[in-house]
Amino acid sequence: MGFLKRYARNPAAVIGLLLVLAVIAMAVSASWIFPRDPLSLAGRPLQWPLDNPRFWLGTDNTGRDIAAQIFHGARTSLLIGLVATVVAIGIGIVIGAVAGYYGGWVDDLLMRITEAFQTLPNFLLLLVLVAVFGSNITFVTVAIGIVSWPPSARLTRAEFLTLRNREFVQACRVLGMRDRQIIFREILPNALPPIIVYASVIMAVAILLESALAFLNLSDPNIPSWGNLIGAGKGVLRVHWYVSAIPGLVILLTVLGVSLVGQGLNDALNPRLKGR
Amino acid sequence: MSLLAIEGLTVALPKGADRPHALESVSFSLKAGEILCVVGESGSGKSLTAGAVMGLLPDGVVATAGAIRYLGRDLLPLPAAEMRRLRGRDIGMVFQEPMTALNPLRSIGSQIAEMFRTHTRLSGREIDARVLALLEQVRIPDPAAAARAYPHELSGGQRQRAMIAMALALEPKLLICDEPTTALDVTTQAQILALIRDLQRRTGTAVLFITHDFGVVADIADRVAVMRRGILVEQGPAAEVLNNPQHPYTRALVAAVPPLTPPGRPSVTGAPFLEIDRVSKTYRKGGLLRRSRRVTHAVKEVSLSLPRGGTLGIVGESGSGKSTLARCILRLLDPETGEIRLDGQDRLALSKEALRREARRVQMVFQDPFASLNPRRRVGELVAQGPIIHGTPRAEAMERARELFSLVGLDPAALDRFPHEFSGGQRQRIGLARALALRPDVLVADEPVSALDVSVQAQVLKLLVQLREQLGLSMVFITHDLRVAAQLCDQLAVMRQGEVVEHGPAAAIFADPQHEYTRALMAAVPGKGWTPPVAFGSEEAA
Amino acid sequence: MRILLLALRRLAASLPTLLLILVGLFLLLQLAPGDTVDALVAQMGGGDPAMIEQLRSFYGLDAPVLVQLGRYLLRLVTLDLGFSAIYGKPVADVILERLPVTLLLMATALSFAFAAGMGLGVVAARRVNRWPDSLISTLGLVFYATPSFWFGMMGIVVFAVRLSWLPAGGFEEIGSGNEGLTRVLDIAWHLVLPVATLALTYLATYLRIMRASMLEVMTLDFVRTARAKGLGETAVVLRHVLRNALLPGVTLMGLQAGTMLGGSVVVESVFALPGLGRLAYESVVQRDVNTLLGIVFVSALLVIAINFIVDMLYAKLDPRIVTGS
Repeated sequence: MGFLKRYARNPAAVIGLLLVLAVIAMAVSASWIFPRDPLSLAGRPLQWPLDNPRFWLGTDNTGRDIAAQIFHGARTSLLIGLVATVVAIGIGIVIGAVAGYYGGWVDDLLMRITEAFQTLPNFLLLLVLVAVFGSNITFVTVAIGIVSWPPSARLTRAEFLTLRNREFVQACRVLGMRDRQIIFREILPNALPPIIVYASVIMAVAILLESALAFLNLSDPNIPSWGNLIGAGKGVLRVHWYVSAIPGLVILLTVLGVSLVGQGLNDALNPRLKGR
Repeated sequence: MSLLAIEGLTVALPKGADRPHALESVSFSLKAGEILCVVGESGSGKSLTAGAVMGLLPDGVVATAGAIRYLGRDLLPLPAAEMRRLRGRDIGMVFQEPMTALNPLRSIGSQIAEMFRTHTRLSGREIDARVLALLEQVRIPDPAAAARAYPHELSGGQRQRAMIAMALALEPKLLICDEPTTALDVTTQAQILALIRDLQRRTGTAVLFITHDFGVVADIADRVAVMRRGILVEQGPAAEVLNNPQHPYTRALVAAVPPLTPPGRPSVTGAPFLEIDRVSKTYRKGGLLRRSRRVTHAVKEVSLSLPRGGTLGIVGESGSGKSTLARCILRLLDPETGEIRLDGQDRLALSKEALRREARRVQMVFQDPFASLNPRRRVGELVAQGPIIHGTPRAEAMERARELFSLVGLDPAALDRFPHEFSGGQRQRIGLARALALRPDVLVADEPVSALDVSVQAQVLKLLVQLREQLGLSMVFITHDLRVAAQLCDQLAVMRQGEVVEHGPAAAIFADPQHEYTRALMAAVPGKGWTPPVAFGSEEAA
Repeated sequence: MRILLLALRRLAASLPTLLLILVGLFLLLQLAPGDTVDALVAQMGGGDPAMIEQLRSFYGLDAPVLVQLGRYLLRLVTLDLGFSAIYGKPVADVILERLPVTLLLMATALSFAFAAGMGLGVVAARRVNRWPDSLISTLGLVFYATPSFWFGMMGIVVFAVRLSWLPAGGFEEIGSGNEGLTRVLDIAWHLVLPVATLALTYLATYLRIMRASMLEVMTLDFVRTARAKGLGETAVVLRHVLRNALLPGVTLMGLQAGTMLGGSVVVESVFALPGLGRLAYESVVQRDVNTLLGIVFVSALLVIAINFIVDMLYAKLDPRIVTGS
C-alpha cells in the first residue's frame, strides 16, 4: 500500500518511530538487563554518571541505579500511556458517536457532561481522583484515561456531525439498516483516521500527566517511574542535577517520538495536507 | 489590435497529475467590448486559462510556452509587482461561489473600498461615495445597508452583485467571469447574466466568460471557444458554433443539452399509487427561550399524487422545500402533519421497526456521486447491502449485484473495486443499482444528474428513461433544471417556499404555464430562445 | 451590546454544567476513605470515639449524603465554601489569600503563550517548508514534549544556580519590605521562570494551530479574490488571512483554560509559589475535603469566566456569531 511508503518518506516520522521503538526495546529488555529490583539500594548514593562503570547513568540520592530505573520506568510509561489512551479513546468514541449521530437532547446531555469535564482543570480532577481512590498504579492509569477523554469525544462528535448527513449514511437508512450498524460499521470507519491520529496526542499527554503525578509523589511509589525519579532528584538539584535531568530527557524523547509518529500518521493518511 | 491575445499557451501540470499539460497550445483573442465564452466540461482547462491570464495559477502549475498579450504586452514574463498593478485595475475577476470568494469577517463596503485603497489615492469620503455608487450600479436594494453588511447577511444573488461591483470598481478593460452564475438559482442567474451584459454594453468592457452551460452561452456570448482536456477544439461567432457546430465534441456537447419541450410521451394515468396528502414539515431553530426560536416552514400543506408507472417531477429553486419533501417520502425526515400513502398504506404511521421492513418499497438515488457511496466499502458490497439486510443470502445478493451492474451499464467485473476508482457518472450508476437492488415500487431521485458534466448527464438521463420502461418504475424526480424535468416527467409540480404553486401534466405546463412563478422560472431558463440543432442524446463524445 | 448579550447567554448555559460538576464531585468525595475528621484526628495523633463523634456532628458529617449535598450547594449560593479544619479558617479566606498569585501567573503565561505562539505560527506559515519553518516547528515539537516541571527545574539549575540571574523560587523577597514599583519589579523578577515554564506547552500548541490555520486559510477562495484585486502578499496576509486564522486559536484558548490551571499545580510546586495549585496539592495530601472542593469550585468559576471573555473576543472577531448563521 502507498500508506507505508508515504510514511517512510517522511524523515521526522521515521525518527519518531525509531524513538518509540527504542523505548519499547528498553521496556522489553528491562528485566533482562537489570534483573534486580530497580527500587532497591544498589550502591553508594549520588555517584555521577560514568564515574562508576557499574552505574553508567549514576545513582540517585538513595543509592538506586538510575539506568535501571530508566529501563523499568519505560515499561510504566508505555503501559500507562497505552492503557490510558485506550480508555480515553473508548469513552470518547462511544459518547461522541452517540451524541453526534442522534443529536437533539441526547447530544445536549452528553455535551453538558463533556463540558463539565472540560471545565474542570484536568490535573486538578486527577488529584481529586487520586485523593479518593488512592495511588494504586491500575487506578492512576484509569484515572488518567478518565480525565483525558473529552477532546476525543468532541472530535468524534464533530466527525459524526458531518458524516451523519452525508448521503451514504442516508442511503443506509433508506435501505433499512439498523442504527447500531450504521454508527459502528458505516460511519465509524470513516471517522476513525483523525481519531487515531489524535490518540497519539492523548498518549503523549497521558505520559506527561503520569510523570507530573509521580513528580508530586502522588503516583504509585512502588513502581519505578521517570516522574518519581525527577521528584527524588529535586532535593539534590543544586549540585546533583543529573538525577532529575536524565529521566526528564527520556520523557522528552519519548513524548517527542509519540508526537512525531502521530504527525507522520496524519501526513500519510492525508497526503494532500502534508506540511500542515 | 485585440485587447487580449493568447498565443500557443501551454501550461504544465505538476508531476504525478493525470496528464502532463493542463493546456496545450491554446490560442484565441478577445476584442474590446466583446463577450467571449470559453465552454468546456470539468478538466477541460477552462478555469486554468482564466487563472493564467490573471497570473494566479495554483502552486506547481506553470505556463511553459506561448504568450498572453494584453494590449500587445506579454504578461507571462512580467515581474510580480507589475502584474499586481494590472490585477484589479486593468483586469477584474468574478468567481463562481460568491459566499467563499468574499472574506466572511469584513463588510462588503470595506472589501469593495479595498480596490480603491490599493490602486488609487482617493480620500476616504470619496471612496465611500464611489462604493455606494457601485452598489447602486449593480442594483443591490438599499446600497448603504449592503455596504455595512457582512457577506453572510446577503443573499447569494446580492453577494454576486457585490462581487461584480468590486470587479468593476476601477473600470477594468477586461472582466473575467469564472462560472459566475453556476452557484445561483435560475431566476437569480438570469438577473446576473442580464446585469453583466448590461454593464458590459455601457462600459465597453471586454468579458472573458467561463461556463459549462450552452444555455448561458446562447444568452450572452458574442463568440465561443470550446475546450476539451486542455485543447481548444473549436471557436467562432456564437451563432455559428451554436447552430452549426463542426467539431464532433462540440456536436456531442450541443446534443447533450435537453430541449425545453417534452418528448411527447403519452401521459400515464390511473388510480393514485403514491399519495402525498397535506404534508407539512417545519424546522425549528434556537434555544429554550421562545423569543430566540425561529420556525421555517420547509413544506407547507403539500398534496400530490402519482399513478403507478408515472413520473412526477418536482421542480423549484433552493429553499423551495423539494428536497425536504423527498426526504419525507423516504421518512428520512418526519413531517408534523399529513399522510403519505403508498398503495393505500400510510407510511408516516409506520413504527420504526415496521418502516425498516417496508424500506424495500421506496428507494432513493442521491445527488452527490462522491458523498453517496461509503468510500470504505467495495461497490459490489454497497449494491448487495440492501438485500442482505432484508435477509437475502450473501451469495445470492452478490449475484443480483452482478446482474444490476450490467443492467445499469457497468462492467460486472468491477464489483470488487472501491468507489474512488469510478468516475462521477459511473458512481451515479452504482447508486442507481443500489436503489434498484431492493426492487422498489417507487424510486425517488433527488437531483441525480445535477452534479454531473453535461455529456454524462445526458447518458444517465437516457438510462433512467430506459430503466423506467424496462422495470415499470414509478418515479419521483426532484430537480431544479426545467430542461431535465421536461425530458423525464409526465406529471410536474412547481414548488416555491414550501408550497406547490402549480401542478399537472408536464406537457400542459410547459405549453401553457398558469402561475406567474412558473412563467418566471420558464423565462429564466438559460438559452430558452435557442433550439439545439443536434437531437438530444443523438451524438456522444468519443 | 449584542456581543455582551450573546456571551451572557453562553454564561447562563454554563450554570447547569457547574451544578453537574459540583454534584459529581461531592458524590465522588463521599467515596473517599476517611473524611475531614479522620484527617484532623490523625493530625492530633488520635482521639477518643466520643470526641470523634462530636466532631462529626459539629462538621455536619453525620447527616445523610443528600442532606449534606443540599447544605453544601445552599452554602455555595452565598459563596460560603465552608471551614477548613486543617487551616483553621474559612475556606473562602484560604483560597482568596492564594488566588492572586495563581491569577497573575496564569494571566501572564496565557498572554505570553498566545502572543508568542501566534507570532511564531505566522512566521512559520509564511516560510512554510523553509528553514525558519523547520526551526520553529521543531522547537514547537520539543517544547510540547517537555514535561513542564522538568523544564522549570532545569531552568533553576541554569539560571538560578549556575548563572544566578534569577531567583530559584518564591513569589517575592520575604521580609525585604519592598513597596510600590520595587515590589512589582521584584515579583516580576520572581515570576520570569514560572511563567516561562507554564507557558511553554501552550506556546507550542498555539504555534502549531496558528501555523496550520494560516496555511488552511491561505487556500480559501477569498484569498484568491484578494490576490485578484492586486493586493501584495503582505497585504493579503494582514488584511485577509490573519483575522480568519486567529479564530481556531481563540477557541482553543477557551478550551485550554482548565488545563492551564491544572498545570499551575505543578509549576507552583516547583517554584514554591503560594498559589491555588500548591493549595490544591496540599489539601490532597492532607485530605482537606472542604478546601479541595472549594478550589475545584473556584477553578470552575475561573474557567467559566475565561470562557466568557473568550466568547466575547470571538464574537468581536467574527460577525457571523452575533447575527447567528
